[in-house]
Amino acid sequence: MEITALLEIVDVSRHFDDFVALDKVSLHIEAGEFFTLLGPSGCGKTTLLRLLAGFDQPDGGDILLDGKSITSAPPEQRPLHTIFQNYALFPHMTVAENIGFPLRMAGCPKKDIQARVAEALENVRLPDKARHYPDALSGGQKQRIAIARALVNRPRLLLLDEPLSALDAKLREQMQIELINLQKDIGITFIYVTHDQGEALALSHRIAVMDQGRIVQVDVPERLYGFPNSRFVADFIGKCNLLEGYVREQQGDCVTVDLDGLGMVHVCRSETKCVAGSRCALTLRPEKIRLAATVSPKEDESLFRGSVHDMLYLGDVTVYIVSLANGLLLEALLANSASGRTNFFEVGDSVEVAWSCDAGHLVLD
Amino acid sequence: MQGKAWYKYLLSLPPMAYLLIFFAAPTFLMFFATFRYAGEYGGLAPWYLHEGGRLTLDLTLENWQRLLETDIYLRLFLKSIGYAVTTTLLCMIMGYPLALMIARSGHKNRDLLLLLVILPFWSNFLVRIYAWMIIFSPAGALTRMLNGALELVGAGPVTLMYSPTAMLVCLVYVHLPFMVLPLYANLEKHDLDLLDAAQDLGAGKWRRFWLITWPLSLSGITAGSILVFIPVLGMFAIPDLLGGTNGIMIGNVIKQQFMESRDWPFGSVLSMVLTVTAVAVVLLGSRLGRRREGR
Repeated sequence: MEITALLEIVDVSRHFDDFVALDKVSLHIEAGEFFTLLGPSGCGKTTLLRLLAGFDQPDGGDILLDGKSITSAPPEQRPLHTIFQNYALFPHMTVAENIGFPLRMAGCPKKDIQARVAEALENVRLPDKARHYPDALSGGQKQRIAIARALVNRPRLLLLDEPLSALDAKLREQMQIELINLQKDIGITFIYVTHDQGEALALSHRIAVMDQGRIVQVDVPERLYGFPNSRFVADFIGKCNLLEGYVREQQGDCVTVDLDGLGMVHVCRSETKCVAGSRCALTLRPEKIRLAATVSPKEDESLFRGSVHDMLYLGDVTVYIVSLANGLLLEALLANSASGRTNFFEVGDSVEVAWSCDAGHLVLD
Repeated sequence: MQGKAWYKYLLSLPPMAYLLIFFAAPTFLMFFATFRYAGEYGGLAPWYLHEGGRLTLDLTLENWQRLLETDIYLRLFLKSIGYAVTTTLLCMIMGYPLALMIARSGHKNRDLLLLLVILPFWSNFLVRIYAWMIIFSPAGALTRMLNGALELVGAGPVTLMYSPTAMLVCLVYVHLPFMVLPLYANLEKHDLDLLDAAQDLGAGKWRRFWLITWPLSLSGITAGSILVFIPVLGMFAIPDLLGGTNGIMIGNVIKQQFMESRDWPFGSVLSMVLTVTAVAVVLLGSRLGRRREGR
């Protein structure tokens, strides 16, 4: 027997006049997954979410839930719910009436509704808010009520449209932890839309990075960060130095790369076959770069000299922008963990940078 | 902080003074007039008498007694309330879909449609009523077409002019914008995500309307209803021109008292009752609107 995914998106396209919002997008989402659609605004992630919810119809392709097509089903008949960006709580209904709404629509008896609403309020730790109106709630409370309302009749799937974007930074982090725990506890599949790569990395089991209506890469957060498959992903997820060059030769998984203006480096983390002479970019995360006044390079490290061009003190770390010999700017981090130390260098200081051959990842054109 | 509050009072001074001089004072004068005698040649008699160098008050309750002596005024009030309620309901039934349609249409069309709603205001109220008189007249196209059709099925000819139907058509026509505009202002502000959310949570088309759109528009319905109900309650021009002998409303009687009978005290009594009725309706309406919205 073939195991089918909970949700299958097959070659789904959506056009608005000449604009291609989604171009043959295919995805498999497993039961119990916390799956994130990540991309800059206009990449098509919200369009895809609206297609899944049923508010919009694809121009081509199919959406299957449990192996059955739901593409033509209206939103009210799909066993999935959406958390809206602004929560969309009904202002003229109490919290209890809001949470009871989907049960009422499903024709549950009144007694059941009461019991399940009370249980749902207990689950989001707001049992005393049943009689309040949404106006009287804080942003975080509204968020939790919206989640309780969407989960009360146990949907197969929960779609979340940038649900934390209206909250301030502190509260957002707290809600992120709550979301992770909630998803773990109830085991319902979450499909989460965000443009915030940090949020995506923190929350997701798997992430699909989208750009211009296409899926660029689907992977677990660690691999997305460590092994981006394109300049776009490397640049979009976290901070990244992109060093352009071309492939000289490949020996096993070790590639010799001629970086423009810097010369030869070894990259021993490549998984793909490289053709000698082809253009490529070395993606190098700032935290993988060693920075010191004089670095004594290890055997497998490449060393370059430069000077501090700019610096950003961020409290826990300081970001140094190092200008290399050919005018190339490289970003490196130093943790301010040593006691009594704030800044190691000043702008203009000459420094050395080094990275080992397995620090970076090659992106081929 | 105190300086700010002081400014607020200063700012509200001109409108307060205006309302005091042109609304509160005349209302009080009219209330006072209900206790005075009518003047010999119309108007009001003096409210005091000179008797041997002494001033005495010359006031009476007979104007109020006259109101209660017969049930004709009560029936006129009820009839006027009936017309006002019917007009309000008809305006609501016709205005709601219109306002909803305008509020949900694209920005470009919206402005055009709103303009069309407001367009009748560009010509004079009386001119528009005369236009209806032409339409309703026995020789008018509408009446002739209707009677032609009735003849085919063997029914007798009807007259539209000077009938309650003609009055209602005109009352609704004149007051429809007063229902549509506040309703539109309300509906246009609705968060459409709420409808998406309701649909997402399993509500079909009708339930989305009755459980979300309708309750959220109650304040607009209340505002529109008040704006229609009150002017219709005191209307005299439309019954005068289109109502015929049976179409008389309380507004016509009040007008008669002041203009033809020159009995200002009794006209004042009827006016006071009308004002109190209107205020009661407004209070009741706004309370109902508030309760249903759950505040």
